[in-house]
Amino acid sequence: MYVAVKGGERAIDNAHTWLAEERRGDTSVAELSVAQIREQLSLAVNRVMAEGSLYDPDLAALAIKQARGDLIEAIFLIRAYRTTLPRLGHAEPVDTGKMACDRRISATFKDVPGGQVLGPTFDYTHRLLDFALEAEGLPPAAETSEAQTGDTPRVTEFLNKGGLIQSEARSDATPPDMTHAPMQYPAGRPLRLQALTRGDEGFVLSMAYSTQRGYGRNHPFVGELRIGKVAVEMDIPELGFAIEIGEVTLSECETVNQFAGSRTEPAQFTRGYGLVFGQTERKAISMALVDRALRWEELGEDNLGAPAQDEEFVLAHSDNIQATGFLEHIKLPHYVDFQSELELVRKIRRDAAEAAMQEAAE
Amino acid sequence: MTQTDQNIEARKGWMGLLAKAPPAQLAALFDTVEPKPGFTWLRPCEVGGVMLRGRMGGTGAPFNLGEMTVTRCALKLETGEVGHAYVQGRDKAHAERAALIDAMMQTKAGEGLRAKVLDPLQDAMTRAKADRAAKAAATKVDFFTMVRGDD
Repeated sequence: MYVAVKGGERAIDNAHTWLAEERRGDTSVAELSVAQIREQLSLAVNRVMAEGSLYDPDLAALAIKQARGDLIEAIFLIRAYRTTLPRLGHAEPVDTGKMACDRRISATFKDVPGGQVLGPTFDYTHRLLDFALEAEGLPPAAETSEAQTGDTPRVTEFLNKGGLIQSEARSDATPPDMTHAPMQYPAGRPLRLQALTRGDEGFVLSMAYSTQRGYGRNHPFVGELRIGKVAVEMDIPELGFAIEIGEVTLSECETVNQFAGSRTEPAQFTRGYGLVFGQTERKAISMALVDRALRWEELGEDNLGAPAQDEEFVLAHSDNIQATGFLEHIKLPHYVDFQSELELVRKIRRDAAEAAMQEAAE
Repeated sequence: MTQTDQNIEARKGWMGLLAKAPPAQLAALFDTVEPKPGFTWLRPCEVGGVMLRGRMGGTGAPFNLGEMTVTRCALKLETGEVGHAYVQGRDKAHAERAALIDAMMQTKAGEGLRAKVLDPLQDAMTRAKADRAAKAAATKVDFFTMVRGDD
C-alpha cells in the first residue's frame, strides 16, 4: 500500500543555505564580481550564451557565478530566464560578410585577399601552464599595425566565381523555430542549424570528430573561419523602417568538402556551415562538419549508417539541458517505482522457490 | 534622395548609434544636456528577446540563431514629438535616454544634442573599432618563402 508522504522542507532549505556558503568559498579570498567573470572568463560566458541561446554577456556571467562555474547549470539558468522574456520580434539575418573581423583564417588558400589574421588565439601557444598568471599585474599592450579598411571577402566566393563550389540559394523564407514548435523529423536544414548552434559543445564536437574518424567521412577543409562583431538590424513596425538595435560577436566557419558530381552536374566542392554566438570556434567548426554530414541526402550521398548522418539521433541528443534534465531526474525520489520493482523481484523469487519445492516433493 | 529619405537615413543613424552605445557613456554625456523636456510614456520600457537569424553558408536561406535581450520603449514630448528606442540589453534607463534623445533630435535641440552627445559617442565607437582593427592587423601573417639550400 502506498502512503503519501511529505517532508524535507527543512533539509532542502538548509541544503540551499549551505550551497550559498560553499559557493562563496573561503571568505578570506576576495569575492568574484559578475563583471570580472564577464571580462576575464569570457569564453565560458560565450559558451553559456551560445548554448543558453540568449546573447547577453552580463546575464551569462551572473549565471556562471550562481552555478559555481558549472556551465551546464548556468546554461539551464539562462534557458529558464529566456522563457520569461516576451518575444519582441526577429532581426534581419546578420550579414557576416560585413563582420569587423578580430580573426579570419583560411586553411585552403594561403594568399587569400584580406590575409590570414590570427586574432587573439590559443593556436601556436605551447600549452604550458603560465605561472606568471598567478601573480597580479597588467599584461603588455597588444601590438598594433595599420588596419585594413573595407569588408573582408568570403573565401567561398572565390570558388563560387568559377562554379567550383555548390552555391547557397538565397531566399527570405521564414525559417521554422524550434522554440515555438516541437521538433518533427525530418527537420530540414534550418532547424538542424538552429539545434546545432545551441547544442552541447562536447556533443557536437564528438559527432564532428566521429566523421573525421570515418563514420560518415566527408573530407572537410576549413575554407574560412572568422570571428568578430556584426550589427543586428531589425525592422521596426511602428517606424516603418529597419534600424540597428545592437552588435554581437559571432564565430563563423565555412567548410569546403569533398566534391560530388552527378550526371547532370559537374564535380564541385560542397559545403558545411557553422555560426555560433561569441568567440566559440571549436563549436563553429564542429557545427559545420556535422551540418555537412547531415546533408548526405540532398547531396545524393549514400547513407552509411553513421551516427552523424542520422538527423534524429543528432538533434534529439544535442541539447544538454534536455539531456541533463532526463538524466538527473533519476536521482530524485523514485521510492514508489522502486517499491513496486522490489515487490516484483520478491514475488518472482518466491514463486521460483515454491516451484522448486513442489518439484522436489514430486 | 528625397527630404524624407534623408530624414529617415539620419534617424536610422542616431537610433543605431544609441542602441549600440555603452549605457554608462551615454548616461554621462546626456547628463551634460540641459534642459531636458518633459514627456509622457506611449509604451513604458519593456525587456524582451529578439530572435537573431543567420544565413546558410553566410548568403543562403535564413535560419534562427538564438535570441538577444532588447529593451524597448516609446514616449512623447510635451511638444508632441515621438521618440522610440530599441536597445541591446536590459538597461531600462538606457532605453529611456535613447528614446528621449530620438524625440529631442526631431526638435530644435537636435543640433546641440548632436554635438554634445551623438558626435562624442560616434567618435568613441569609431576609435574603439579602429583600435581592435589595428590589433587584428598586427596578427596578420606575412608569408615568406624559405630559400632552399640545394638551389
